[in-house]
Amino acid sequence: MAMDKNEARRKKDRFATAGLLVLFTILAVLIILPIYAIFLASFKPGGHLLQYGLNLDLDFSVMNLDNYVLLFTGSHDYWTWFTNSIILTVITVVLTLLISAFVAYGFAAYEFKGRQVLFVIVLIILSIPLEVVMLPLYKQISSWGMMDNYGAIVLPFLAHASTIFFFRQYLLGLPKSLIEAGRIDGATEYGIFFKLIIPIMKPAFAAMAILNGMNAWNNYLWPLLVIRSSEKYTLTLGLNTLINPYGDNYSLLVVGSFFSIVPIFILFVCFQKYFIEGMTAGAVKE
Amino acid sequence: MNKVKKFFYSQKAAPYVFVLPFVLTVLLFWIFPIGNGVLLSFQDVLKDKWVGLKNYERLLSDKIFLKAVWNSVKYMIGTCALLIPFPLLFASLLNSKLMKKPGFFKSIYFLPALTSVVVAGTIFRLIFGEMDTALANRVIEFFGHSPIKWLKGQWTGYFALLLVACWRWTGVNILYFLAGLQSISTDLYEAASIDGASKWQQFKKISFPLVKPTTVYVLTISIYAGLSMFLESYMLWKGNNSPQNIGLTIVGYLYRQGIEKRAMGYACAVGLVLLIVVMIVNLIQLTVTGTFKKEER
Repeated sequence: MAMDKNEARRKKDRFATAGLLVLFTILAVLIILPIYAIFLASFKPGGHLLQYGLNLDLDFSVMNLDNYVLLFTGSHDYWTWFTNSIILTVITVVLTLLISAFVAYGFAAYEFKGRQVLFVIVLIILSIPLEVVMLPLYKQISSWGMMDNYGAIVLPFLAHASTIFFFRQYLLGLPKSLIEAGRIDGATEYGIFFKLIIPIMKPAFAAMAILNGMNAWNNYLWPLLVIRSSEKYTLTLGLNTLINPYGDNYSLLVVGSFFSIVPIFILFVCFQKYFIEGMTAGAVKE
Repeated sequence: MNKVKKFFYSQKAAPYVFVLPFVLTVLLFWIFPIGNGVLLSFQDVLKDKWVGLKNYERLLSDKIFLKAVWNSVKYMIGTCALLIPFPLLFASLLNSKLMKKPGFFKSIYFLPALTSVVVAGTIFRLIFGEMDTALANRVIEFFGHSPIKWLKGQWTGYFALLLVACWRWTGVNILYFLAGLQSISTDLYEAASIDGASKWQQFKKISFPLVKPTTVYVLTISIYAGLSMFLESYMLWKGNNSPQNIGLTIVGYLYRQGIEKRAMGYACAVGLVLLIVVMIVNLIQLTVTGTFKKEER
C-alpha cells in the first residue's frame, strides 16, 4: 500500500511538531523550576531551608503559612523597603521618561551643529556598563556630599542613553509636517513638544516605562554604593541584609524574595507586549 | 530681557535647550568623574601623593588581579559560547511554522529576566547548597554521583555562575533573535524550499547570514556584560570573598580595592583598564555595524 506523498509529508510534520513541543516544554520546565523552588520554600520554615537547602520536596508536614503571616503581620522592615522601592521606581520612571523624551525630541526634530558628535556620545554611553564607571561616579557623588540620598540614585541616570535612543528612533518616524503645523498654529518650540509630541508618544512611553520600571525595581549595585542608612533601604538592599541566618531572617528572605517578584509578574501578565517591545527595541541597539 | 526670551524660544536655540539635560548629565556624571578617575589612577590616595605609573605597573604583577581578569574572561567566553548559539537555535525552531503556541513559550522564557540579581542569586545559592538534599546535589545524586561542595570548587563554581547567566538570559536572547528572524521575508524560505533546500541549508544560507546584525549586537552586549560581571558572583558567594578567589572578577577586585580597602587610586587604574577594553570593543562594534556611517547621513 503506497502512501500518498502528501500524507507522508504531513505525518512527518506532525512528528516534528510533537518533537518541538517536547523540547520546548522541557526547556520551560527547567526555566520555571527555580521560581517554583522558591515558591515552595516560601511555605517552609527558614530553619528547614538552612538545614536542607533549596529543593523540590513537597513535605506537607513542614509546610505552612507561617512565613506569609510573618511577612504581613510580623515586625520587620520589609514593607518599609517595599514602599521605598515603589517610591524610587515611580520617581525614576516619571522623570526618566520625561527628560529622555525631551532630549530625544531635540535629536530627532532638529538639524543643529554638534548633533552628530552628541549622538555618537549617546551611542557610546549607552553601552558602557555602570560597573565600569561606578567608582569615579561614587567618588564624585561622595565629594558632592550626596551620599545616602535618593537624588544620587536618580540624578545621574535621568537623561538615560538607551531611553533617549529608543525615543529618538520612534520620533524619527513621525511626519515633520506635524511640527510645521504646530508652528503655523503659533505654538512655541517647547509647546509643540509638550502639547503635540508627548500625546502621540504613548506607545513608546509604555515600553520604556516598563523597561525603566523593571530596572529601577531590581536595581541593586548603585543603591548598594550610595545608600547607608537602613531606613532608606530599597527592597533589593533590604533582602540582602537577610542572608545572615539569624532569627527569622531566612523565613523572611524566601517569602520576601518570592513576593518581590509578584508586582512585576502582575505587570508582565497585563502588559506583556510592552515588556517584550521594550526589551527587544534595543535589539538594534540597547 | 525680552531679547533673551526671544532667543530662548527661537528655532535656533531650541535644539540646544532640548539636549541640555543630556549634555549636563554627560559633563557632571561622566566626563568630570572619569577625568578625576584618570587623575586618581596616578595617585596613591591613602598617602595623598602622586605616584606616576606605579598603579598600572602594580597591576601587571598583581596575581590576584590577574586571577580576576582570568575569571572575568573565562565567564565572558562561557556566556558567549552558551548564550548565542543556543538561543539562536531555539529562536529559529520557535519561529518555524511547525511550532505551536510560540507566544506562550516566549513569555515563560522571559520570566527569569523579571527577577532581580538579588533574588536570582539567593535562589541559586540555596540550590547549590552544600547539603546533600539541596537541589543541585539531588540532581547529581540521581545520576549516581556523590554530593559535592559546588561553591568551593573552581570549576563547579564556574558552572554555577554560568547556569545563573543561562537561566536569566536565554529567554531574552531568544527574543532578540526572534525579532531578527521575523524581519526576514518568508518569500526567501519559500523560494529556497521550492528549490529543494533542506531546513538546515535554509538556516545556514538564509537565517544565519540575515540575522547577523542581531548576532553582532548580542555578542557585544554579552562581551560587556561578561567582562563587567560582579553581582552574580557577589550574590552566589554572599559577598565579595570566595574561597581562593574563585568568584572574584575584575569589577569585584575594583570593588574590593576601591570600596572595601579605600585604595581609590589603584582601583581607578583597574577601572580605567576595563573602560579602555570596553571602549575598544564598542568602537569595533560601531564600525562593523556601520553605525558611524549611518549617523553621518
